Amino acid sequence: MTLRADLAAVADAVPSGARVLDIGCGDGALLAYLRDTKAVDARGIDVSAANVASAVARGLSVVQGDADADLADYPADAFDMAILSDTLQAMRAPATVLGELLRIARRAVVSFPNFGHWRVRASLALGGRMPVTPTLPVSWHETANIHLCTVDDFRATAGELGLRIEQATFLGNGVRRGPGLANLLAEQAVFVLARR
Amino acid sequence: MATAPSLAHDTRFGLDRGVTLPGPFALESGQTLAALDIGYETYGALNADASNAVLVCHALTGDQHVASIHPRTGKPGWWSRLVGDGKPVDPARHFIVCANVLGGCSGSSGPGSIDPATGDRYAMAFPVITIRDMVRAQAALLDHLGVGVLQAIVGGSMGGMLALDWAVALPDRVRSVVGVATAARHSAQNIAFHEVGRQAIMADPAWAAGAYAADAPPSAGLAVARMAAHITYLSEEGLTAKFGRRLQNRAALGFGFDAEFQVESYLRHQGLAFVERFDANSYLYITRALDYFDLAAPHDGVLAKAFAGTKTRFAIISFTSDWLYPTAESKRVVRALNAAGAAVSFVELESPHGHDAFLLDAPEMNRVIDGFLRAGT
Repeated sequence: MTLRADLAAVADAVPSGARVLDIGCGDGALLAYLRDTKAVDARGIDVSAANVASAVARGLSVVQGDADADLADYPADAFDMAILSDTLQAMRAPATVLGELLRIARRAVVSFPNFGHWRVRASLALGGRMPVTPTLPVSWHETANIHLCTVDDFRATAGELGLRIEQATFLGNGVRRGPGLANLLAEQAVFVLARR
Repeated sequence: MATAPSLAHDTRFGLDRGVTLPGPFALESGQTLAALDIGYETYGALNADASNAVLVCHALTGDQHVASIHPRTGKPGWWSRLVGDGKPVDPARHFIVCANVLGGCSGSSGPGSIDPATGDRYAMAFPVITIRDMVRAQAALLDHLGVGVLQAIVGGSMGGMLALDWAVALPDRVRSVVGVATAARHSAQNIAFHEVGRQAIMADPAWAAGAYAADAPPSAGLAVARMAAHITYLSEEGLTAKFGRRLQNRAALGFGFDAEFQVESYLRHQGLAFVERFDANSYLYITRALDYFDLAAPHDGVLAKAFAGTKTRFAIISFTSDWLYPTAESKRVVRALNAAGAAVSFVELESPHGHDAFLLDAPEMNRVIDGFLRAGT
């Protein structure tokens, strides 16, 4: 099974045998991959009943729930790694969720579309329209993304929350790229966070 | 423990079985039963290492005929949509056991059984039983059948409570639990509706303090109890869609008290059909057991403590329109299991059919249960 480039970057950050909670796990594709290739203890949360049904049908332990509301149920240090893949920008309270991730898990891997990418900037600056791009494919009135941020915004918020950035991976055109001018040139970012 | 089945003609296995297990059988109340009768059915065969046993637990008024034609009503098994050839619980892969609960009226010890001390039916001399007592009776049956550890317990409604209680009482004997449309306790509203049912039975003069003759039961009281309970199994949305304010066999209001509305006629039919197959005293005892049920009570009200250290996997399923055991109660169980670090799956499925949704055609439920059970093998 081949993972999408951003999911592969997330998966690379997860150590073998880890206790993993994937928040917004969708139909469980990433969790199943991690279970099968890295023997992780895989748990997930997703808001959609259909997604949960698909994930459970894959044999995963997944609960229907909402990261904004339901992370509080988990005890501190319940997991080695929390995954928030392409989900942060849909949270009502992203900063609270980031704090919760690092309460219930020692580390968190967070991926999101970079709103600072030049194509996004161009769409707004030159076109005067909300961007519709490969990583932000849905129009403004239909998108679930309510809290978009740039790579630099994320670094700043992590700092304000007292979180340490252990690792950062960037993607453009579906492949990994270097960190140079990431805020302008990366379409997606994958950060590994730890407590300070 | 008895040996695993190897012979096809072993009379312990098959449809419509019954066994009397020697007592004394100790109950949570401190009382004992001299012996334990259990009516049950099995489907499929236990494999060589006895690892494929699935216990299916029935609801308040269910019985052991989970996937076979009911001998009295002639209707298909009550969960034949989930259990049977090619279904998620499949006799081709699983050794399936379904037993009438302790206190029931379909072959298991209950208030209709003969009290060896008197030679008469127990009636209200039957000890009050609990969900835990029902679980222990099922465990005694499994000992008799040669089943040590269950691959899974699957139950809906009260059956789900039995499944949850199994995981708490006998955690080493159950690898996975499927609890559908269920809860870890009876709420005030649940108890209230049950009390209406019990009082309807007791208000029927034919009840005679429980000492009615078998051919003269308190049918009117039991029918009213069923009518009230049946409303809690449906939803306002479902009732409106099915009946609305439509009249039954008439064009205009009759200015009387016949069953003028279709919904009245339907409920009366439900009540009448129920008394044909269920015992009024059993209804009292089983509803009482349900009302006593609260898994958190022995743990200072902290449900997570009941599941502490559990190795059992759980799948919890609720339905959007179920107001008898609503999603909030399932989520309470899921929260506790998460806090206990248990491997738990949970999904709330869309249905307009209220609590009864778990017994009806529910492809998503089947898909979830199938995947969950296959992952556990």
